[in-house]
Amino acid sequence: MVTHQGHKHSSKFLAEVIANTPGGERMVHCLQCGSCGGSCPSGADMQYTPRALFAMINADRRDEVLSANTMWSCVSCYFCTTRCPQKVPITEIMYTLKRLAIRDGMAKGEDAPALAKTFTDLVEKYGRAYEVGIALFYLGLKKPMSALRAGPMGVSMFLRGRMAILPQKIRQVEQLQAIIKKAREIGGAA
Amino acid sequence: MKYAYYPGCSLEKNSAAYDVSVRAVADVLGIQLVEIDDWNCCGATEFFSQDELVACSVVARNLALVEPQLNQVVAPCAACYLNLKKVDQLMVEHPRMNAHINEALAAGGLKYQAGRVRVRHLLDVIVADIGEAAVRDKVVRPLSGLRVAPYYGCQWVRPMDGVDNPEYPMKMDELFKWLGAEVVDYPVKAHCCGGHMTQISEPQAFELIRRLLQNAVDYEADLILCMCPMCQLNMDGYQNRVNHFFGLNFNVPIVFFTQMLGVAFGLDFSKLGFGKELVAAKPVIQAKLGAA
Repeated sequence: MVTHQGHKHSSKFLAEVIANTPGGERMVHCLQCGSCGGSCPSGADMQYTPRALFAMINADRRDEVLSANTMWSCVSCYFCTTRCPQKVPITEIMYTLKRLAIRDGMAKGEDAPALAKTFTDLVEKYGRAYEVGIALFYLGLKKPMSALRAGPMGVSMFLRGRMAILPQKIRQVEQLQAIIKKAREIGGAA
Repeated sequence: MKYAYYPGCSLEKNSAAYDVSVRAVADVLGIQLVEIDDWNCCGATEFFSQDELVACSVVARNLALVEPQLNQVVAPCAACYLNLKKVDQLMVEHPRMNAHINEALAAGGLKYQAGRVRVRHLLDVIVADIGEAAVRDKVVRPLSGLRVAPYYGCQWVRPMDGVDNPEYPMKMDELFKWLGAEVVDYPVKAHCCGGHMTQISEPQAFELIRRLLQNAVDYEADLILCMCPMCQLNMDGYQNRVNHFFGLNFNVPIVFFTQMLGVAFGLDFSKLGFGKELVAAKPVIQAKLGAA
């Protein structure tokens, strides 16, 4: 038995997911009704729908869950979250599973972690998102064929003044970096 | 009425049409927008996939920078809106998160009192704070005869409660009825545009975009109204790619709701960012409303 805030969970992994998700304790109320998977625009692309994944979390099947593509197919539309009759914060749990999978090196074969890392490294450097940087360092390096196919669209965007070649930088980027550094030191969530 | 303004990164270049039209219609309606000085990126969904406390602290810096005499912030992007609102709410409901986020902010000499700033979307401000009579009063070029499909997307209506119906929102529908437009009952109005999935899995993203465009065509909409830069980019920027991918021939203009609001207020097209969209919107607007 593993305890979290007075609750006893037979699954160690369930306790871990709950401990890393604000409001995650609602997970113990999952009815396995499947409203989440049925509401999901990406359900067809998932190895396991959220409902199936939650059953696996309850069964402590940590490695299978963290190497699944389910959370990486999530588009954060929150239909599952608002429709869940038990108010389980499903989308937030998907974020928790992404974080755990990245941290433990279980997200192999997925492109989303590289996109996230490229995006946030650029924000950390400049303080603002930098689309051309993402095109170069993520698409260009990781998915060159996609970058090629996106080329003509990029040109159209540029010609209409919708693309900044150089990054925009905030004045107090050191302040932002100090905040991020401190947040990393404190670590964790919930 | 005075509000802090958080434009978000997309509005700088990619969706500059949204920024100029937001500022233009706010001006007409007497909404004073005070841009947060030196705001930073909200991180979209990308920090949340890696480190929750970093994600929240990056967002919270913007809340902390809202001038002390202002207690509401307007964010026109649905993703920025959700991040700002989500972090504020997390800080209110979870004292430990609140303490940790403020500890991180302190490293930058900042602090934020949870719940101090109310996060708003401009659509909600216009419909709820300005209201029908004041909006109708400014209409000089009614949108009669123009069939518009109001598209809300996800992150304004979900998961937060209270602003509109999360399954079938109606605020933009109401607003455009005040402007005299024919508002299409658009069944997929709160479905997903695919978000960042265009960068990860094109087949998955393109199918979601296709559904939105096909539905607008099925319901004979002249154009789709957006309230989020990501949705506009996916449906407009990628429309040609979607056509190639499926062998289809969509030609659906995708504009920001503020651009059409500006048209109804009699503002010049050139002051509303028209011409930046990849699928030209002006021809159908001029054909339906007469030369403008």
